[in-house]
Amino acid sequence: MQDTPVTPASPVKVELEKPVVQLSHVHKSFNVGESTEVEVLHGIDMVLNAGEFVAVMGPSGSGKSTLLNLVGLLDRPTQGQLLITGMETTQLDDHGLTQLRGRSIGFVFQYHHLIGAFSALENVMLPMVGLQGYPTAAIEARALSLIESVGLTPWRDTPATLLSGGQQQRVAVARALIMQPALLLADEPTGNLDTQSANAVFDLFRQVNREHGTAVLFVTHNPELAHRCDRTIQVIDGLVPDNEAAW
Amino acid sequence: MLLGRFQPFEWIVSTRFLREGRMQSLFIIVGIAIGVAVIVFMSALLQGLQSNLVKRVLTAQAHIQVLPPKEQVRILHGLDTALHKDQVQAPLQRLKSIDQWQAVLTMLRAMPEVRVASPSVSGSTLITRGAASRSLSLTAVDLALYQQIINLSEKIVAGHARLGASDIMIGTELAADLGLSVGDKLLVQSATGVSNYFVISGILDLGNKGANQRAGYVSLRSGQSLLGYPGGVTVIDLTVNDVYAAELVAQRIQALTHLQADSWIKTNAQFFSAVKSQSLANTAIRFFVGLSVAFGIASVLVVSVVQRSKEIGILRAMGISRAQVMRVFLLQGGLLGLGGAVVGCALGALFLQLWLLMSRSADGAPMFAVVMDTVMLIEALALATLTGLLAALAPALRAARLDPVVAIRG
Repeated sequence: MQDTPVTPASPVKVELEKPVVQLSHVHKSFNVGESTEVEVLHGIDMVLNAGEFVAVMGPSGSGKSTLLNLVGLLDRPTQGQLLITGMETTQLDDHGLTQLRGRSIGFVFQYHHLIGAFSALENVMLPMVGLQGYPTAAIEARALSLIESVGLTPWRDTPATLLSGGQQQRVAVARALIMQPALLLADEPTGNLDTQSANAVFDLFRQVNREHGTAVLFVTHNPELAHRCDRTIQVIDGLVPDNEAAW
Repeated sequence: MLLGRFQPFEWIVSTRFLREGRMQSLFIIVGIAIGVAVIVFMSALLQGLQSNLVKRVLTAQAHIQVLPPKEQVRILHGLDTALHKDQVQAPLQRLKSIDQWQAVLTMLRAMPEVRVASPSVSGSTLITRGAASRSLSLTAVDLALYQQIINLSEKIVAGHARLGASDIMIGTELAADLGLSVGDKLLVQSATGVSNYFVISGILDLGNKGANQRAGYVSLRSGQSLLGYPGGVTVIDLTVNDVYAAELVAQRIQALTHLQADSWIKTNAQFFSAVKSQSLANTAIRFFVGLSVAFGIASVLVVSVVQRSKEIGILRAMGISRAQVMRVFLLQGGLLGLGGAVVGCALGALFLQLWLLMSRSADGAPMFAVVMDTVMLIEALALATLTGLLAALAPALRAARLDPVVAIRG
């Protein structure tokens, strides 16, 4: 257990235009078999500022998820520099990456991936309980307010597995926000939802982005939703061809 | 609050995981419980059986007997005489007193391992009543001290455990053979020709027909004068604190005093070997049952890690450290072990009660005392928990090492 209570990393009022993510000549390769190495990302440069809402598009296998995993500190670049909230991450050990990830980055995945053994409210509380070491009234209060903000108060005690797809995704968004992260990463969060639910979830991201200035990287195949973002980057064959134009 | 306030994160997650897979948890707990119950039941039963056997052996003899050293042949080697071992005749072992026995007794009593030391004289005599006579293996003791080693009062079937100057206590068979009862007089003659009249103060049942036919007890002073050891003793009987350490203590005494020291372990080598074999078999059973319990826990947790790999990936993405993930799975192993052990101890106690009810001797009394030792139960709980933790080590490491990207992708 930690000695000091955990507080969300970023302030509610963020300094806009301050870079949250900076990638410089980032390459990523994977070993396929014993001697074959396949490069998936071929030197990506990009900057994502606080308060920006950016869509990431591209065909399947182009490297979108790999890019998201690198930015989310779930994986390490083979080459290049990656700064999150101004901190150089390539030299951090696993513990350092985990700490930074927990405090600064929120994830929402396509298949919502809630922990089935917990209720909606408990799922939202989990990241902060994990970092704090134990639950407190403050954590519960914050989780309750997030559950309310995603409109799920009546379902707060419902087991995660009994919620509908749209509801689960809203819980996932609330969970991603509990630490008030500087960066929200969404990997096709609407890909598995009907249009109405997809729009509701997208609006939720937009609301969070506007109200808290949270930078959002939103991977989607839906051009309509991408159009509603501040800007869109295309990832094609591990490159961002219109890099300059996009950024 | 649904999550118990101030409960550690790892505790919350591991208990929820166990509760969510309740059928899996239940089956493995039942499996562990059966294993622990077998261990508890077997251990208590064998411990009871062994204690009973050892008690029976040790109620009739001292833990250690200190005797005068055996006489050795001293060979004078001639320069041109080839001497073969088969030409050496073993010397006669004369009965003799322990040299400086009071000093030896004081030294033995000062040893921390020794509980009681009692000097005695023993020898063969002839007992005569009218025209009948029988051989008598006579032991002369200081009754107050000797009673602390072999409780003769418990063995009295007629009369009292009392050894005055002219008192004698004899075995039941001998009394029956010679038609003797308490208060009767008899003549006891030693091998040296010294004889004395004694009055029977008590008749003993020593639990063995041979002993009841031959054994007799007189006071130390009477025995010393009858057997020809005025002021001397031929044996010092000892009891020690740890009966199973008797051989080690005997060896130490032998090294310190250069006297012969025979432990009950040495004089009952076959019996002790049987007891040791039984203990070994018990340990082997416990080990293999423990091993199967460990593999049971490990297999359930390995499956759990595979089933929960996505959840583990999500937890890691949330900022949960590898160490926390590892603790979640270790705790599950420990909890399964502890839960199984609690149920297992209760089951073991139940089996023992049933066994005690079913296995009774002809008079309805239990065949031997079986006690559920609290220490053994605590040991079983601790060992099962430890086994659970150790068994969970490999799955926990596997969970902690999961690549979150691969885990989330499934």
